[in-house]
Amino acid sequence: MAEDLNVEVVAADRKVWSGEASIVIARTPEGEIGIMSGHEPVLGLLVAGPVTVRSTGGEAVVVAVSGGFLSVSENTIAILAEQAELAGEIDVAAAQAELAELGEDGDGARQWAQARLDVAGSR
Amino acid sequence: MGAQLRELRQRIRSVESIKKITRAQELIATSRIARAQQFAEAARPYSQALVRAMEAAAERARLDNPLLEGVEEPRRSAILVVTSDGGFAGAYSANVIRQSEALAGLLRDQGQETVPYVVGKKGVSWFTFRGRELGGEYVGFTGKPSYADARRIADDLLEAINTPTDEGGVDEIHIVSTHFRNMVTQEVRARRLFPIMVEDVPDEIHQAEAGAVRSDNGGSGGSSNGRAAARTDVLPLYEFEPSADEVLDALLPQYAGNLVYTALLDAAASEWAARRRAMKNATDNAGELQESLTRESNSARQAEITQEISEIVGGADALAAAGSE
Repeated sequence: MAEDLNVEVVAADRKVWSGEASIVIARTPEGEIGIMSGHEPVLGLLVAGPVTVRSTGGEAVVVAVSGGFLSVSENTIAILAEQAELAGEIDVAAAQAELAELGEDGDGARQWAQARLDVAGSR
Repeated sequence: MGAQLRELRQRIRSVESIKKITRAQELIATSRIARAQQFAEAARPYSQALVRAMEAAAERARLDNPLLEGVEEPRRSAILVVTSDGGFAGAYSANVIRQSEALAGLLRDQGQETVPYVVGKKGVSWFTFRGRELGGEYVGFTGKPSYADARRIADDLLEAINTPTDEGGVDEIHIVSTHFRNMVTQEVRARRLFPIMVEDVPDEIHQAEAGAVRSDNGGSGGSSNGRAAARTDVLPLYEFEPSADEVLDALLPQYAGNLVYTALLDAAASEWAARRRAMKNATDNAGELQESLTRESNSARQAEITQEISEIVGGADALAAAGSE
């Protein structure tokens, strides 16, 4: 077994999660990307949606991100999003209200609300 | 009780209650400084990772973005002026406004128009009172800015810089805000946000920058040279997903949001520090005033007593004189 990954999930105004992990799965505009230890350095964009971090303890940490990017180098993964929330932190009612209020307009905000609902629904 | 004495006592009471208020404001401000600093601390990991990623992407991408390149002869600049919503903060807002006027004058001398984007009620009312046209006004959050506030401002600024100058867009974005050096020192800084300048430079350069905003005008690549030089260790050879250009294009707006956010947080901490100092001075002054008014009222009371005694003595003398006749 190779070394563990060092993962940091950072939002614009706080550090959301950090720790050791065995695999990180995220969504880029080109499709899903799974990163395990020893991965080559990557700097990729993320679309709004879930990021799954399987920590070394075996449990899965799911984070909703509003889009952003991830950088991988030397077994260190940084996931940066303007907004990010752990699955457990998501306020479903608030996200639903936001989604209803936005209606058809507000692309980014809409995707962010939808991403939170998706993540909250799967927990 | 004489009228003078009554009035003095009334004034002492009112000074007393003012002192209580300023004292409370001082304590509130002190606790808010710490909170503002915590927010600034929490935002740091994001800034650092963002700057690292920017450097990596900028090395490989073509640099034809208006946020990086700039134009040969800028004709219009946006100036983001960060003032406060509330008063009771000494010369905090006035200092920022003065500096921004100096910067605007400097830019005008170089043939540029300036468009103010103003944060904080104090600044907005200053500019509207003088009939200046504002590019944008943002109020209601200066004491405790959130990332969403910064995002909104950054989006407006980016829209302006991406609009052609002939259609009302701008070529450069400057920011005038207050930097929180420590509890006693806060300094007003003028910086150019876009086209991008050197990151993490020592304070002296920031200060000098206000006086030499366009001194790098000669070389068109001036803005991109310093960026790579700020970092000496070798960056890993990144694979870009989908491509370096697209990553950089997506990073730049985030970077803009982050710059505005950190500036707002820095300004918020400075605002509370300025307010704390102003309120401490007010409390001290109220104490002194109270003391001198108490002295005055004591002597007024004494004068009254003396007068009454002399009236009684005088009256008794007059009666005695009348009786003996």
